[in-house]
Amino acid sequence: MSAEPVELTYRDAMREAMRDALRADERVFLMGEDVGRYGGCFAVSLGLLEEFGPERIRDTPLSESAFVGAGIGAALAGMRPIVEIMTVNFSLLALDQIMNNAATLLHMSGGQCNVPLVIRMTTGAGRQVAAQHSHSLEGWFAHIPGLRILVPATVEDARRMLAPALEDPDPVLIFEHAGLYNTTGRVAMGSDPFDITRAAVRRPGTDVTLLTYGGMLPVTLAAAERLAAEGTDAEVVDLRTLRPLDDETIIGAVRRTHRAVVIDEAWRSGSIAAEVSARIMEQAFYDLDAPVERVCGAEVPMPYAKHLEEAALPSVDAVVAAVNRTRARV
Amino acid sequence: MSDVANREDALALLREMVRVRRFEERCVELYSAARIRGFVHLYIGEEAVAVGVLAALTDDDDVVATYRDHGHALVRGVPATAIMAEMYGVQEGCSRGRGGSMHLFDVGHRFYGGNAIVAGGLPVAVGLALARKMQGRGGVVACFFGEGAMAEGEFHECMNLAALWSLPVLFCCENNLYAMGTALARSESETDLVLKATSYEMPAWPVDGMDVVTVRDATRRAVESIRAGGGPHFLELRTFRFRAHSMYDPERYRERAEVEEWKLRDPIATFVERFAFTADDLEELERTVADEVDAAVAFAEAGTPEPVEDLTRFVTSELGRT
Repeated sequence: MSAEPVELTYRDAMREAMRDALRADERVFLMGEDVGRYGGCFAVSLGLLEEFGPERIRDTPLSESAFVGAGIGAALAGMRPIVEIMTVNFSLLALDQIMNNAATLLHMSGGQCNVPLVIRMTTGAGRQVAAQHSHSLEGWFAHIPGLRILVPATVEDARRMLAPALEDPDPVLIFEHAGLYNTTGRVAMGSDPFDITRAAVRRPGTDVTLLTYGGMLPVTLAAAERLAAEGTDAEVVDLRTLRPLDDETIIGAVRRTHRAVVIDEAWRSGSIAAEVSARIMEQAFYDLDAPVERVCGAEVPMPYAKHLEEAALPSVDAVVAAVNRTRARV
Repeated sequence: MSDVANREDALALLREMVRVRRFEERCVELYSAARIRGFVHLYIGEEAVAVGVLAALTDDDDVVATYRDHGHALVRGVPATAIMAEMYGVQEGCSRGRGGSMHLFDVGHRFYGGNAIVAGGLPVAVGLALARKMQGRGGVVACFFGEGAMAEGEFHECMNLAALWSLPVLFCCENNLYAMGTALARSESETDLVLKATSYEMPAWPVDGMDVVTVRDATRRAVESIRAGGGPHFLELRTFRFRAHSMYDPERYRERAEVEEWKLRDPIATFVERFAFTADDLEELERTVADEVDAAVAFAEAGTPEPVEDLTRFVTSELGRT
């Protein structure tokens, strides 16, 4: 891909990232349910089978535990597998392998067995697919030492995160929000290094810091625009990496604005929003002019009905209201 | 092929079984003396399985074991010193004291661990085999598990995937009749384990797991077929655990008489009887094994605990470090 900016969808960006990786390194292969002939449940891998063949674009049976574990074994033996899990809810069928092997083998073997594996999966709500296809469980995975958790929220991140993830000697999970696949952006593949350890400031601002990730970034940016029209200059930080969290960027932002609102599509209790809030309290308590606010998904299995699903998700209105609450405090 | 090649061959097989037996007997003493803690699962009674199977592999093949893994590690060539040090939880252990009895690792010997999640090692074995196939490396991945694992979903997923992709996996089911305390007939609707395997279009056969020569022969046959491109094979190795499941297990689930009956088929005693080794042979063998175990204990006793400052090492890889 040229260094000139190119217009891409988020879906195209993930596909081009995989295509680059497959071309650059014989050890890389993709496996998962319907990644080949079907072209991927979300058409992310469409066309890759034709270019790379069935050995490297492997359709698997519906056996999440077996094919995720097979990715672990293949990684131990020198391959660089990309394993696609259709949705985050299905990843629970492979949780044993992710937690008990991928995240654990290195430590348990005293440093012998690192697992250079990338697992990609779809996450998030907004498509009326109800309570077994809509959740945001990336925060659960971010609880586990030994994993790196990446959440591309922009087309550029979708295009550029995979290569460094594949270079990581340890397991990396990439969560792709289903609601982002059709978003578009202009991406240049410059030769500048791409840092997967840092959060990104998506919008500068001075009055309050909005911290979010993944599918909530567009909602948060929209809220920031509305707030700007109302006279509040909000900074937006995209966490991008949920494990390890980039404390420096998070705390630095809060020290500048003295107010923070965390926006998280996942359930509030025990969430990434809770973790971010706790870290701000631990590291920047005396910089705060108001308590940290959280805007999270309602604590309910995701309902099918459109109006109920919308009510369960953080909205622009809810973000604006939370910001106004922190602004009202002196 | 149905017997030992010569006296040296027979002695070598016996030596491996005795190494495992004496090592574990010492582990029991050390556990009672509180030198070893945690869970310790003894292989006593099942030695012919690991010795027979591993004798049919080469150094280039891979091994994945379970939490009952001392025997497999020892026979595979992981030094007794490093295994005992691991049980002591010192950094000279084969997993630097991070794994303990259930998680012996030695990548240099292609020993990919003691896995303590029942059936959790099978997907990893399938992946090791997938890499071998994709890399055109040949070789076999021997994956051990108990019959209890056959009730797990991961077992069935892995049998299907390995057969579907014709991967070089040797599935070694150590059927000791009890999944911890649950008898086979109380955990399986179909107790013919070979039938389960063949339903995945996989060659499978039962093996007398109390006879080391029979085990080695069966494994040679399976491995030869796998190396020739025959895809995965399944062996049901019929054996019995003489001791408790773990160190303190009141064994309420089985009759004393059943244990005694199986002990008549002790793989070591029956082998000694069959090959009429000389008293000198046996004495020499026992003496060298005792020396090895003594040396392992001395090594572990002299081991050094890893500094607490290193607690969080090996959570992620240390680039640039070895």
